[in-house]
Amino acid sequence: MGKQTPLYDKHVVMGAKMVDFGGWDMPLRYGSQIEEHNQVRTDAGMFDVSHMSVVDFTGPDTREFLRKVFANNVDRLTTPGKALYTCMLKDDGFVLDDLIVYYMNENWFRVVFNAATHDKDLAWVQEQAKPFSIEIIEPPNMAMIAVQGPNARVKAGAVFDEPIRSEIAGLAPFTAAYFGDVFISRTGYTGEDGFEIILPASQASDVWRSLYGEGVQPIGLAARDTLRLEAGMNLYGADMDESTSPLESGLGWTVAWEPEGRDFIGRAALEKTRSTGTHKKLVGLILEERGVLRNHQKVVVNGLDDGEITSGGFSPTLGKSIAFARVSNNIGGTCKVNIRGKHVLATVVKLPFVRNGKPV
Amino acid sequence: MSNVPAELKYTKSHEWVSVDGDIATVGITDHAQDLLGDMVFIEVPDVGATFSKGDDCAVVESVKAASDVYSPVSGEVVEVNDDLADSPESVNSEPYQSWLFKIKLSDASELDEMLDANAYSGVAADDSH
Repeated sequence: MGKQTPLYDKHVVMGAKMVDFGGWDMPLRYGSQIEEHNQVRTDAGMFDVSHMSVVDFTGPDTREFLRKVFANNVDRLTTPGKALYTCMLKDDGFVLDDLIVYYMNENWFRVVFNAATHDKDLAWVQEQAKPFSIEIIEPPNMAMIAVQGPNARVKAGAVFDEPIRSEIAGLAPFTAAYFGDVFISRTGYTGEDGFEIILPASQASDVWRSLYGEGVQPIGLAARDTLRLEAGMNLYGADMDESTSPLESGLGWTVAWEPEGRDFIGRAALEKTRSTGTHKKLVGLILEERGVLRNHQKVVVNGLDDGEITSGGFSPTLGKSIAFARVSNNIGGTCKVNIRGKHVLATVVKLPFVRNGKPV
Repeated sequence: MSNVPAELKYTKSHEWVSVDGDIATVGITDHAQDLLGDMVFIEVPDVGATFSKGDDCAVVESVKAASDVYSPVSGEVVEVNDDLADSPESVNSEPYQSWLFKIKLSDASELDEMLDANAYSGVAADDSH
């Protein structure tokens, strides 16, 4: 039995198939995974993401510390509530985790790490923090609910009373704010509009029930994966990990090279890679024949291995199988994928596959 | 609780078999489709292919995963259900109508080793925990 979120009982009552995810018992799906996927693309769905790790960094050295441990530059954050997506790298330039960091004030930044990486992330930042005057705090008894979809903001807002309801409606993309004791950010992992809501565990069941009352359907991890895949969003542990750099993971855009003087962890190794050139890149694949692309299937070009699929699956929006693959830099417009010994045709595309409910 | 028709025979690997003379019709059980979730692709064997009991002979792919289907008996494939190419989801909605292939038995005594509905219900129940 794994760890349970404050919403565990809700999932069981709603008939979810529970699975282990990074040591947590999480809902895989409640009914049809494809229906859940389409619910988020066309209306609104809610996800229990309480397994994610919320960590607050406080104290006078916080900004200086985060400038060092994150590959993106927190100096881009100057307005309270503004969020930034970044990787946290090791000295070798490989990826320890990807995360979102929020600027609260000059003495307080909030970070949301992945669930499965919790222990190594905390050990890493605690070790790196030794020379700095900061505190690393995990707020206890928190829950986190993501509400996503074209109708997510309206339906989520309806759960709250005025004036909070109006204030939430004014939240700009990729920003967050506290509304009472509820922290709401206009972020997500589906390619749709919506919120991620961090709230005291004691309120989680009531908010979940109220959202359900507004017609927001519960969505499991299975649909969460196909939604983020369509949206071209990386999954840590699948698309990048401690053996790959952001430059070969489609995340070069998150590395802030300027200013040159900012010596973030992993910079020296990344600069070396950048000067010699990367050999691999992450691309999208659309399968042009019947079948389903799966993680670790080999990409074949001119009969030779050219790379492998890092995340594959079925896209309900496209009605085809799609994937991310790490392939050689000079790959052309098509390739083959080895599915159980058969070489099937795939088109190489730029990510994402779907944005705001529509194929791109 | 999943549906386990009394008139069919079953395997521990979640195939069902309906026998008519020396022809066995094969599909996957309601319990199996429920475990796998939404089907998106079914790969059936070639007509004329021969299999021994226990050989992997077809693949059912749900959104979640690809799963092998094992031949419950030995014999030669005489017919496959081509309709599944366009409607794999029928395996979810009607698992006992959505047969995958028909196989001509080479050893009818193999049927005696299969599970009846009662025994299979026990397997499926154990599996759910």
